[in-house]
Amino acid sequence: MTTTTNSPGAGDTTSGPRAPRLGVADSRSRSIELLGSLTMREIRGQYKRTTLGRLWSFINPLATIGIFTAVFSTIMKITPPVGTNSGIHAFALFLGAALLPWNFINNAVMGGMNALVGNAGLLQKVYFPRWIPVIATVLSLAVTLCFELLVLVLIVAIVGGPSVLLYLPGLIPLILLTTVFVSGIALTLSVLLVYFRDTQHFMALLMQVWFYLTPIVYPISLVAEQEQRLADGGHSVPLETLWKLNPAFRITDAFREVLYDFSWPSWGNLLGIALWAAASLLMGVLVFRTFSGRVVEEL
Amino acid sequence: MSVLDLMGSRRPASGHTAVEVENVSKSFRVYAERNQSLKAAVLRRKRGSFEEFWALRDVSLQIPEGRTFGLMGHNGSGKSTLLKCIARILEPNSGSIRTRGSVAAMLELGSGFHPDLTGRENIYLNGSILGMSRKEIDRKLDEIIDFAGVGEFIDQPVKNYSSGMYVRLGFSVSIHVDPDILLVDEILAVGDMQFQERCREKFAQFKDDGKTVVVVSHGVEEMRTFCDEAAWLDHGKLVEVGPAAAIVDRYIEAGHNARAVETGGTRHGSGEILVERVELLDAAGTDERTFRTGDELTIRLHYRAEKPVDRPVFAVSVNSIEGVHVWSHHTWDAEYIPAQLRGSGSVDVRIPALRLQPGTFDLNTSVVDDELSHSFDQWVKAVRFAVVPGSPRESGGLVVMGSTWGNLQPPSPLAISGASAQAAEAREDADLASRASGTP
Repeated sequence: MTTTTNSPGAGDTTSGPRAPRLGVADSRSRSIELLGSLTMREIRGQYKRTTLGRLWSFINPLATIGIFTAVFSTIMKITPPVGTNSGIHAFALFLGAALLPWNFINNAVMGGMNALVGNAGLLQKVYFPRWIPVIATVLSLAVTLCFELLVLVLIVAIVGGPSVLLYLPGLIPLILLTTVFVSGIALTLSVLLVYFRDTQHFMALLMQVWFYLTPIVYPISLVAEQEQRLADGGHSVPLETLWKLNPAFRITDAFREVLYDFSWPSWGNLLGIALWAAASLLMGVLVFRTFSGRVVEEL
Repeated sequence: MSVLDLMGSRRPASGHTAVEVENVSKSFRVYAERNQSLKAAVLRRKRGSFEEFWALRDVSLQIPEGRTFGLMGHNGSGKSTLLKCIARILEPNSGSIRTRGSVAAMLELGSGFHPDLTGRENIYLNGSILGMSRKEIDRKLDEIIDFAGVGEFIDQPVKNYSSGMYVRLGFSVSIHVDPDILLVDEILAVGDMQFQERCREKFAQFKDDGKTVVVVSHGVEEMRTFCDEAAWLDHGKLVEVGPAAAIVDRYIEAGHNARAVETGGTRHGSGEILVERVELLDAAGTDERTFRTGDELTIRLHYRAEKPVDRPVFAVSVNSIEGVHVWSHHTWDAEYIPAQLRGSGSVDVRIPALRLQPGTFDLNTSVVDDELSHSFDQWVKAVRFAVVPGSPRESGGLVVMGSTWGNLQPPSPLAISGASAQAAEAREDADLASRASGTP
């Protein structure tokens, strides 16, 4: 047996040159690589055991568009505005241009929120930065959004002409900013869910309210009409202004500007989305940083 | 096993500290009434009442680079918590842990496998979770697949794998991460014998490469042979750090002294004659439940016969705690059969020297008729007793044989001779002593 004292190697540590812990750049590139892998896992896993596979990511929004068109356009007679440059006048496309980004917001918020709880087994066994599964979920849904947008672009190009293709680069900042916006919310909620499990049910409700508060199945002009009607009745309520504070309005409106109006997203919308994204991310990072240390043991 | 032992413990450490744990404390919240609902939180302005449970209290230790270091202790001693803190899965409340080099933890094999992805896809996924880059995985892919031995299943979704294949693939990915410090939790017993052998080889290679391994295990024998050094934790506090073999011995001894030994056991039989009570007497004649290897031991069976019983045959047997039948002796084989017994009395079995390895054993008794066909009384697990290290001190298994090493041919000077207790024992053998006298 070797002779070893009760504190093995004592005294050697201070003198020995200490190899730096994983370099910051190294660990960052690893995190990014892992983020990529987990995102791929989400994307590949999504429709893995289904016969139709990825087709489901087209069928789902198409079905929703179909249903909403039937209810809101055919039965309730909501008329969409005419697309400014495209000349399109179709409720289904007016709806689709906003519904796809909304679906992304909705799924990313709900999915990202569940990412910590859902990956509990993994988080309790392996160390990696805890934000990775949350962001990976959001990113995988952003990829789904891109696929869906591709189909929509194809349809509007057929209906309204190929000029929409010119404005497609406008979608890039929109998708990026929207992703940042939902990431912040998802980070916050993912931690909250660990501590309060009924966040999930609460959010399911809230998202439904949010959906109808956002001009998706109806044009914002209807809100202006209501405001006018109230003003006529002597009640001055700045309904339209209030409505426009909603970040989801900014986002869906900007997507409509590109995909329905065939134009660049307006600076107002871009700026609004950017501000919301920054605020959301700031909140997400702060909350996550504060609470993520003990999250694993609370899972 | 013992080959690994020799390779490990004789190899010098580099002198650096791989893991430095400084005054680490970690508490968990144990909720008396957990409420994870917003309503309750708002109403009571708190999240249920909880108590702080201290899993680790002010633990400081250093794990030298290039060593295999064991963390041992009972359930709840904090050893797994400490491992998770080193792995950064848990954050200590206070204190710091510094690690030198990359760290990978093998806490659960195949955690993070996606059941619907193929084995190959999961290697990439799990590899990157464990910290490998894509290029690294590309390079090691064949080796990983080969080591896992899953063959053509590699392109099947892992949900179709047998549990063995699943674990093997998980182990294979983990071991190929090739970190500077490997943290292992109770997984040395995966797969079949053949795979275990390969795991041991891989660990040995790991140690040879100067990598540090930190192991948590319940298996004390495994600790003794596998680890160079060990830390013993009890209720979150560090009891002792030192050479694995010495720590394991003291741990076994302390553990057995502390435990209540009377198990009660189960009894069946027709009951005309019963063994009412068993005494385990040491050399001084006191009833003990802990003995050292090599101790003298007398088993005294106190019987009572309700009515006269002709030619009863008494038997005692010893099982290891895992149920392995280690030894038995009955009075029929010993040709020691009374003509008739009635009333109360006792009978002894004397063991001059207890030839059992340290461990826990159960003693069973029985009384049967002289045709060994009718059972008067069977008392299973009548008493439990512990064996702690004594002499001779041999390396593993259930029994000691009083074996000695010697007669090295051709004769060559010994680098180590008689430094350990067992070698000192061996020296009692006059023949060997004279042979080794060249290097006292």
